[in-house]
Formats: sequence, C-alpha cells, structure tokens
Amino acid sequence: MTIFFTNARLIDPEAGTDAPGNLLVQDGKITEIFPENIEFEAMFRARNISPEAVEIIDCKNRCLAPGIVDIGVKVCEPGERHKESYKSAGLAAAAGGVTTMVTRPDTSPAIDNPEALEFVTRRAQADAPVNVLPMAALTKGRDGREMTEIGFLMDAGAVAFTDCDRVVTDTKVFSRALTYARSCGALVIAHPQEPILSKGAAATSGKFAALRGLPAVSPMAERMGLDRDIALLEMTGARYHADQITTARALPALERAKNNGLDITAGTSIHHLTLNELDPADYRTFFKVKPPLRSEEDRLAVVEAVRTGLIDTISSMHTPQDEESKRLPFEEAAAGAVALETLLPAALRLYHSEHLDLPTLFRAMSLNPAKRLGLDSGRLCAGAPADLLLFDPDVPFVMDRFALKSKSQNTPFDGQRMQGRVLATYVAGQPVYRRT
Amino acid sequence: MIPTPFGHKHLLGIEPLRPHEITAILDLADKYVDQNRATEKRSEALTGLTQVNMFFENSTRTQASFEIAGKRLGADVMNMAMQASSIKKGETLIDTAMTLNAMHPDLLVVRHPHSGAVDLLAQKVNCAVLNAGDGRHEHPTQALLDALTIRRAKGRLHRLNIAICGDVAHSRVARSNLILLGKMENRIRLIGPPTLVPSQFAEFGAEIYDDMHEGLKDVDVVMMLRLQKERMDGGFIPSEREYYHRYGLDADKLALAKPDAIVMHPGPMNRGVEIDGTLADDINRSVIQEQVEMGVAVRMAVMDLLAQNLRAEQQAAAS
Repeated sequence: MTIFFTNARLIDPEAGTDAPGNLLVQDGKITEIFPENIEFEAMFRARNISPEAVEIIDCKNRCLAPGIVDIGVKVCEPGERHKESYKSAGLAAAAGGVTTMVTRPDTSPAIDNPEALEFVTRRAQADAPVNVLPMAALTKGRDGREMTEIGFLMDAGAVAFTDCDRVVTDTKVFSRALTYARSCGALVIAHPQEPILSKGAAATSGKFAALRGLPAVSPMAERMGLDRDIALLEMTGARYHADQITTARALPALERAKNNGLDITAGTSIHHLTLNELDPADYRTFFKVKPPLRSEEDRLAVVEAVRTGLIDTISSMHTPQDEESKRLPFEEAAAGAVALETLLPAALRLYHSEHLDLPTLFRAMSLNPAKRLGLDSGRLCAGAPADLLLFDPDVPFVMDRFALKSKSQNTPFDGQRMQGRVLATYVAGQPVYRRT
Repeated sequence: MIPTPFGHKHLLGIEPLRPHEITAILDLADKYVDQNRATEKRSEALTGLTQVNMFFENSTRTQASFEIAGKRLGADVMNMAMQASSIKKGETLIDTAMTLNAMHPDLLVVRHPHSGAVDLLAQKVNCAVLNAGDGRHEHPTQALLDALTIRRAKGRLHRLNIAICGDVAHSRVARSNLILLGKMENRIRLIGPPTLVPSQFAEFGAEIYDDMHEGLKDVDVVMMLRLQKERMDGGFIPSEREYYHRYGLDADKLALAKPDAIVMHPGPMNRGVEIDGTLADDINRSVIQEQVEMGVAVRMAVMDLLAQNLRAEQQAAAS
C-alpha cells in the first residue's frame, strides 16, 4: 500500500525543522521525503507507481510528525481491567497520536516473570491498534529484594526494567541489579526519590501545602534520590533512565552525570511541564500525581531543560484511576492521571506559549524515547516505519473528560481550554485513528 | 436569594470570609454571650432544624460546645461517633455523607482527621456544613472564638502584636488563626522550634522566631498551642523537658510581653509541657476559661447565620 501525504507541514525532530513538504509511504515505511511544490504525477511515473494505487492525503498545511513513543504507560491488565484494558488504552493512544506505548509493569500482580510478560504481549497484540512494548519489573514483586530474570525477560520482549514509582531502597540489591542488567545490555528505569523523606507526602512543601495542611516533601528528595543513583551508575556502568525529573535542584546533578560520560538519560511528565503545585486548589484529587506537582520555578526550569535537551523525554505517565480511588480526602486519594489523549494538546501549550518549538517537542516525545529504546521509529526519514500523526496545532476546544476513550477519566485538564488536536494517526502506514 | 448578613452556605474555613463577615459573626456572638450568662438561655433561631455532629476524630470539648450551642438555639441535636461506626466497616466518606444526606439534616458539624475532607463532604450534601476541624487544615470556629476573646479583652481586633507559639506545623488552630488575625490586620509572630514552625509560613506575612525570648517581646497576646503527645519524643523535639525549657510559657518568659498581655490556649493543656500550670490558672493573665465560654457563643452565632441563609433559600425556592 502506498500513501502520499501532500501539502504537509513536516515536523522533523532529527533535523530540527518545521517546513512544508510531502512524504511518501510504501509498505508501512517512509520511503521518500520531497520539498513542497512537487509534480507528483511525474514523480509517481518515474518510480513506476500507478497513481490509482496511491492514496493521496492532502494535509492542508497541517502538521505531520513522527508518532509519539510514550515511555511509562500504565495499562491495568492484569488485575484492574475495569480501570484500563489494552483495548481502551490502545484506542486512547491512537486518538492521542501515541503510536508506541511502552507499558509499565506495576500491575497486580507485577510483570516480573516471562510468563506474565507473554500474557501482556498477547493481550496487547490482540486488542491494541498501536505498537505496545512492555517493560518488566526490576525486582520480583517490585519488592526491592531479589532481581527478576532479566535475561529471560529480555528474550520475551521486555524493553526496559523498572519498579516504577517504588524506589529500590536496599542499595546493595540495586547495585547488583544494575550490574547484572549492564551485562545483559538492559535499560533500567528508576524513580529518583529519597523514599524515607518523601514517605506519606501528598504535596510538595511550599506555600500551597502549608496553607492546605497537607503532608509534604521537600523537592530536595528528588535530588537525593538522583545523587544516589548517579553514584551507583559510576560504580556499575549500567544503562539508566530517570523516569521523571521535576525539580530545578536535580538538574545540575543530571548535567554533571551526562558530562562525565555516564549512560544516563532522563524524562519528565507532561503534568510537571504544564501544571504547578497551586493547581489542586480546593483539594482537587485529579491533580494528585507522583511525584507531587512542583513550584512554578521548578516547572519553568524543567521546561528549559527539555529545550536544551538536558531532559531527554516527555511522557504521559498515563495512570488510570477509577472514581472511587479519587473521591477521597486528598491525602487518601490515589495518585496518577490519564494522559494518553491529553499529552499532545497539553504539550502544545508550551508551543503556544513560545517556550518550545514543535521539533523540540517531538524530539522529546518521539525521537529521544525511540533512540533510548533502540527503535527505528520516532523520526521522519527514509526507511523509518510510517508511524505518523497528523495534527492541527491551533484548533481550540474545551476538554471534556467524559469524551475520553480511556476507561478511567481522571484527567486534571477537565473543563480546561486547550489548543491542538490529532486529526489522524498511522501505525506502519495503517490508519488507526481518524478524527471525524 | 434574599440578602442575609452572611454570604456563605457553609463555614468550611476562615479563608473565604471577608473582614466584615468576621465582624458580623463576632457582633452576634457578643449578644449570645449575654444570653448564655442569663438564667434563661434558650432562644429559637434553630427551632425545627436538625443538627448532626459527625466526629471522625475524638473530641469531647468541641463536640460538647457544638451540642450545647445547638440545643440553646432550639435545634434537634444528634451526635454520631463516626470512629465506632460505618467507617470501620469500610464505607467511604462520600457514602456516609450521602446516607446522612438522605435523612435531611439542616446543619452538619464535621470533624475529620484529613485535610480537605470536610470540603469534599460539603460538595456532596444539601445541608449547611460547619467545619469542626479537618486534619491540619482549618478549625474556623476556634479562630472565631479566639478572635472574640481577644476583642473583648483588648477592646479591638486590629493592630495587635500576637504571638502563636508551639506546634504550628501540625495545627489547624494555628492556620485558621493566622488567616483570621491576618485579615483583621494584626502583626503575627510564630514562635517554636523550626521542626514545628516551617519557614513557608513566612509567606503568609508572619514573622518567625525560634527564640521565644525574642519573639515574645512586647506582644499583646500570647497564644499557646497544644503539643501532641506523639510528637514529643525525639521525632520533632528532643524531649518534653527541653521543650518546656525553651518553649514552655512561664512567668519569666511572659514578663517579656506587654504588662497587660493575655495568655490563651485552645485546650486541652499539657501543664508543664507548653505552659506552666500556675500561669494557666492566673485569672489576671489567662483567658483560657473565657475562650471556652466564647466557644459556645461563637458557635451559636455561626449556626444562627447559616440557619438564616437556609430559611432564606427555602423562602426563595417557595416563592
């Protein structure tokens, strides 16, 4: 099958360009990119392509970008399918322009053995219209005591190893797991946080937490966690990715570690890039995430770190929670927010506020995550898979959480004005979503 | 809606109140003080209304104060000890609220161990909700009764130097007082060890002291806070005796305040921990008993105002 995207605004994160052009897709791969004003009938003839066999898509100067590769999506299978299934998450991802979901192992039970991983892979293949790459737990039961079968799990398809928001507190266990993972070439994703200092916290210490009387954690807990992990990386030489860096104080440590040549990358969540500690207002629990939302100064520092590339990736940290887990006093309510479908419009806030341009956004959402996982997607170049999203960055709308395709609708953006919508999503050249 | 002197359906905290509304509550409470001192204490403001006291956390004094206040105004008062009840059976706060709501109470007085829980509950019920303390967040009637006590003792409620001493971090009383006294344009000092008085409170316009001798200089009001037992050993302070030595209020430390400074405490007191026993009983300095008395009057005033709103709302709906 051949598709020709014409009159597109091509967002190329690798070249850092945002320019008009056309793009040819054959057999699920991008085969050629052309500048604007091309005589495409002649081009088809020159390449022996029968014009009748080509689906020509007039992009009307809307943006065509490499599909989003989202590291850290929680799909609640097995265990809590009522919150999110592979089907509902897959539909949400397609509608949000996410062409690859890298799923978390913090299900119940945790994905900590090859059999469980195979179950997840099977479920994903059967039900999800987008690519699904599973991660596995680093320690059995995510308990931080014994490492999982990293080798077998890699053979079964695990792309990274993580205990998600649980910190491996036993440094000996963590250093051994890192050492073993290095020998397998496995990527370890950790949650940098000093676990004892942050225990029981529902907010970041600051004016908001003081006013609302909420148990709070100093933003310094993140840097302490990162500092420890960096020391362990110097010891072990492992491949490491910090799931969410959300504070200004952690950034110099990250920069030093990168300059020292450690194999370290870092991500952040869309919520920490677009919301701050004051947003929960009157204890709105949809704004409760982990780590808690930070100060405006921290938010701006993290946005700047994404711009410079110090922070490599942006992810949705999609965490479905049902109404019962959220309709509780703030301290007791579950943390997490759904974000597969709001990732792009929220990220576009940073574009409209002129903090980040589109190639930079897609470098963090598509190119860098793909590179870190060794995938050939996430870019617009000949030979790359045709995982694409077509979007209008400007169209305004009011977010209605009940219109989400996720089974859970716990989005902090409910009722907010947003700008930018996905028009179509393609995975390997196949349309998986079209806005009607 | 028919205009009433108090523009809120609930009393969830001091934060949403405006200075003139605080004054209106205190003015009405002054009248109830007189009524409470008379032999005939009953009036009719809440006749026909049902008041339910829902306490998810142990309380004797506050609950008794609300109960007496309701009864003196003619309400049918019911106490629910929520600790022993359905919460133990796993019912959520919202379900409990909905169940109770179906019984059509008019005034719901709620205390809960979690910050924000009373706000949450107020969103789900139709009646007027009074916050009797939520976690570390607010305890509005305590701040109002403190304000009334100060106004009666000092003749005004502005341009006073007021020291709040002790465990500010975990105290809803401190938060509500800080907000109320700030709104009424007083200078507030927070005094205590930095483990119990976090620096963030400076952002509310308070001055922070970790030296009590310095902090108490020339203040008009010394407000002591209760130190919870579970915070005494090692976690936040080294020991009870060191705390008393550095932050306990005694005659020597009080001598640094203005000669006519009053001493307050929300109760129950730990004598010999945060306050010297003799000082607490000194009727020339301590207004601790007055605070308890003002508590009933302030709660009557608040419930009277909320009931006026309820009746006005109903009249508006009927016409």
